[in-house]
Amino acid sequence: MAVINYDSELRRAGAHATQGWRRLAFLAQRYVLGTFGLVIMVLFVWTALSADLISRYDPLTVDSANRLAPPSAAHWLGTDSFGRDVWARIIHGARISLAVGIGSTALGASIGVIVGLISGYLSGWVDLVFQRITDILQSLPLLVLALVMTAALGPSLHNVIIAIAIPLIPTVSRVIRANTLALREQPFVEAAKSIGMSETRIAIRHVLPNTLAPLIVLATAQLGSTILTEASLSFLGLGIPEPYPSWGRMLSESAAEYVRTAPWLVIFPGVAISLAVFGTNLFGDALRDILDPRQRG
Amino acid sequence: MFAYIVRRLALMLVTLFGISVIIFVLLRVVPGNIVDILFDAAGFVDPADKANLEKELGLSQPIVVQYFNWIGGLFRGDFGYSYVSEKPALQEILPRIPITAKLAGLALLFSASIGIPLGVISAVHQGTKLDYTLRVISLSGLSLPSFWLGLLILMASVSLVGAMPIFNPNPKTWTEAFAIYAVPAMAVGFRSAALTMRITRSSMLEILRQDYIRTARAKGASEASVNYHHALKNAVLPVITVIGIEAAFLIGGLIVTETVFNIPGIARFLVEALRWRDYPIVQNLVMFIAVVVVFTNFVVDLLYAAIDPRIRFGD
Repeated sequence: MAVINYDSELRRAGAHATQGWRRLAFLAQRYVLGTFGLVIMVLFVWTALSADLISRYDPLTVDSANRLAPPSAAHWLGTDSFGRDVWARIIHGARISLAVGIGSTALGASIGVIVGLISGYLSGWVDLVFQRITDILQSLPLLVLALVMTAALGPSLHNVIIAIAIPLIPTVSRVIRANTLALREQPFVEAAKSIGMSETRIAIRHVLPNTLAPLIVLATAQLGSTILTEASLSFLGLGIPEPYPSWGRMLSESAAEYVRTAPWLVIFPGVAISLAVFGTNLFGDALRDILDPRQRG
Repeated sequence: MFAYIVRRLALMLVTLFGISVIIFVLLRVVPGNIVDILFDAAGFVDPADKANLEKELGLSQPIVVQYFNWIGGLFRGDFGYSYVSEKPALQEILPRIPITAKLAGLALLFSASIGIPLGVISAVHQGTKLDYTLRVISLSGLSLPSFWLGLLILMASVSLVGAMPIFNPNPKTWTEAFAIYAVPAMAVGFRSAALTMRITRSSMLEILRQDYIRTARAKGASEASVNYHHALKNAVLPVITVIGIEAAFLIGGLIVTETVFNIPGIARFLVEALRWRDYPIVQNLVMFIAVVVVFTNFVVDLLYAAIDPRIRFGD
C-alpha cells in the first residue's frame, strides 16, 4: 500500500478525514459493491469456521427414513437421497470450498511469485525456459489440466488442491514477471545495487513488496476461479472424494434424476457456490479499482 | 510479416511438443494402469496373465519408447486403440467432434453477439444505472457455475414443457434442433458473454479517453460516428484476443455442459476416458484440444497483426 498515495486522492474527492476508521468508512461508501462482496466473504468464512455450531445435524449421518424430504421446520433445506440434512451439508461444504479455494490459491500464488521473480530478475536463458514452460501450461484450459491431474494423482483433498494450484502458476508468474521487469529499471534498484546490496536482498526487500498490490488483486480474482474449478471437478466426480461434503458433488449426485422430484437438491448448493464466487468477484473488482487500476478487465 | 508467422509457427510446435510430454508423463506418474483396473474388476490376479496383457498393450516397455511409439503413430495417422472398447481411437473420437464443434461455434456466436453490444452500451453510458446493472449482471454471469445453469435450464424445461431435451443427432424440426443445440450452447455461452462484455467495456473505456476521440467530437462528428466509426474499430482489437483465449475456456464449460445435457461430444468423452484410465483416448483427446487451442491463438495472433500494423513491423 506504500505505492498508491491515498491522501491526495481522498482529499480531492472531498473526504473530510483521511485517517483510520474514517478512511475505511469513506472507501466503503465509495465502493458499495465491493463492501457488499467483502460482507459476503466474511459471512462465508464465519460459516465455514463455525460449521459445527450452526448445523443441527451431522452432514454425514445417513437417515434412510427421511430420504428426499422437502424443506421443513425439521430440515431447513430438506434432505438428500441418503437422508442427510442439506443445510448441514452446505454449511460443512463451505469449509471444504474455503479450504480448497484458499489452499490452492495460496499455493499457486506463492510458487507463481517465486517463478515470476526469478524469471523476471535473472532474465537470460532461465527466463526463456520458464516462459516456454508457462506458455505450455497456459495452452491447456484450466479445467482440462486440473482434470488430468486429479485423474493422475488420485482423488483426495490435497491432490485436488495441488491439481487446481498448478494451472494457476503460469498466470501469477506472468503478472509478477511483468512487474519485476518494470521495477528492475527503477532508480531505487540501481541505487541499492550501487551501495553493494546483493541481488537476492534487492529482490526480496525492494522488488517483492512493490509487486504485492497486483498480486493481491490477482489472488482475489483467482479465488473465485478456484472455487468454481473445485465445484466443477467434484461435479464430474473427479474432485473431492466421498466423506467430505462438497457443493459440486451435491449437484452431481442430484443431477438430472432429481430435477423433477427434488428441486431443493439442485437449487441450494448452486446458490451457495454462486454466492461465494460472486462475493469474491465483487470484492476483487473493488480491490483492483483501489490498488491497481492498470489491471482493469 | 513472414518472419513473424514463421516465429509463431515454431513457437506453436515447441508448445505442442511440451504439452505432449507433460500429458504423457502425467498419465503414467501414478502406479496402476488400465491392466490393474481390468484385473481388479475380474477379481483374480494372475501375475503371468497380467504381464502378458501388459506386453500386448505395449505397457511393459520403458516410458521413452512408449512415448516415441505414440508420437510416431500420430505422424503416421495411427492413433492407437482404445483400451476400453478396443476400437481404433480415431473411430471413437472422430464422430464426436462435429457435435462439440457445433456447440462451441454456437456458444461463441452467442457470446460475441450479446457480449460486444452490451459492452459498448455499458461503456458509452458509463456511470449510469444502466451501466451499473449491466456490470452486476455480467459479474453474476461469471459467478454462476455453468453446470448449475445447465441444471436450472433442465428444471425450467421440465416445468415449462414437461420433458428434458434428449439428444438426437439428426433433429427433424427447427424447434428440436434449437432445443438440442442452442439451449446447451447458451448455457455455455452465458459465461463467455459475461467475460466478453467486461473486456469490451474496459477496452472501449480506454479508447474513449483518448485524445483523438476528443478531436473527432470537436470536429463535430455525431455521437454514433464517434462511438462506432472511431472508437469501436480500435476497441475491437483486445476483444478479438479475448475471444481467442475464450476458445480455451469454452472447453471447460463444454465438459460440464455436455455432461449435464447428456450430449455425446468429445468433451464428455474426455471425462469418461479419464475415469477408465483409457490412455490412448485421453492422450489423443488432450492433444487434439491443445492443438485446437494453440492453433486458435495462432490465428488470433495473425488476425491481430493483420489489423494492427504496429504489431507487424514493430515487435
